[in-house]
Amino acid sequence: MTYKVTEEGNISTVFLNGEIDMDVTDKAKEVIMPLVESGKEVHINLKDVSYMDSSGISVLIESHQKALEKNTKVVVKEVSKSVLKVIMMAKLEQILNLG
Amino acid sequence: MNLSESKDFLVSTASLKEVRTFSRDVFEKINLPQEQKEELVLAIAEAAQNIVKHGYKGVEETTDRMEIKISLKDGELEIGFFDKGKEVVPENIKHRKLDDIKPGGLGTFFIKEIMDAAVFKRDQKGWVNHLILTKKI
Repeated sequence: MTYKVTEEGNISTVFLNGEIDMDVTDKAKEVIMPLVESGKEVHINLKDVSYMDSSGISVLIESHQKALEKNTKVVVKEVSKSVLKVIMMAKLEQILNLG
Repeated sequence: MNLSESKDFLVSTASLKEVRTFSRDVFEKINLPQEQKEELVLAIAEAAQNIVKHGYKGVEETTDRMEIKISLKDGELEIGFFDKGKEVVPENIKHRKLDDIKPGGLGTFFIKEIMDAAVFKRDQKGWVNHLILTKKI
């Protein structure tokens, strides 16, 4: 997995790339969670994520819940078809902010 | 079409990508919709992840290996997982309720959603756990 972060005003966008599994979730959390903790609105762009397992879904849930605590939000953007299928299998499409 | 292929992997999160590559390579030989192949890869990867995460919980590093065997016979896909981790008590395996939104606990739910059955067998000499996932395709 690789990533890129861009900043625009109070919105940080994290572009993740590759396959998200248990081996890389710590790295993904290290990138995403401090941004959420700082109270920014965080967009997680999954356009280039071709695979995500339950560990990756957990990162999305955790960051979403942390954002609620911090009165901000995490928006999951440009979800690839394969990842959307996993999100829907977990019945999280109504829980996560899909933008 | 019948086939049977197996491969062993180091018990490590770093092996999960290799597990997916092996699974995809095997499914390339089977005539299935791409979407279904990816679901099956997810189920296999989740089961392998469970071995690393739960079977070796508290183990920092190991040289143990796990084996995955994918077989197709008469339209039934059978995927075997062999490991030497902590003995699994099948009755204790529970996936979390979907309305309980929290990180974790989804892997077993995905396996149940994707596969027809998941059973543990105790008859494999040398291994501690033998999980068998099956699905009619």
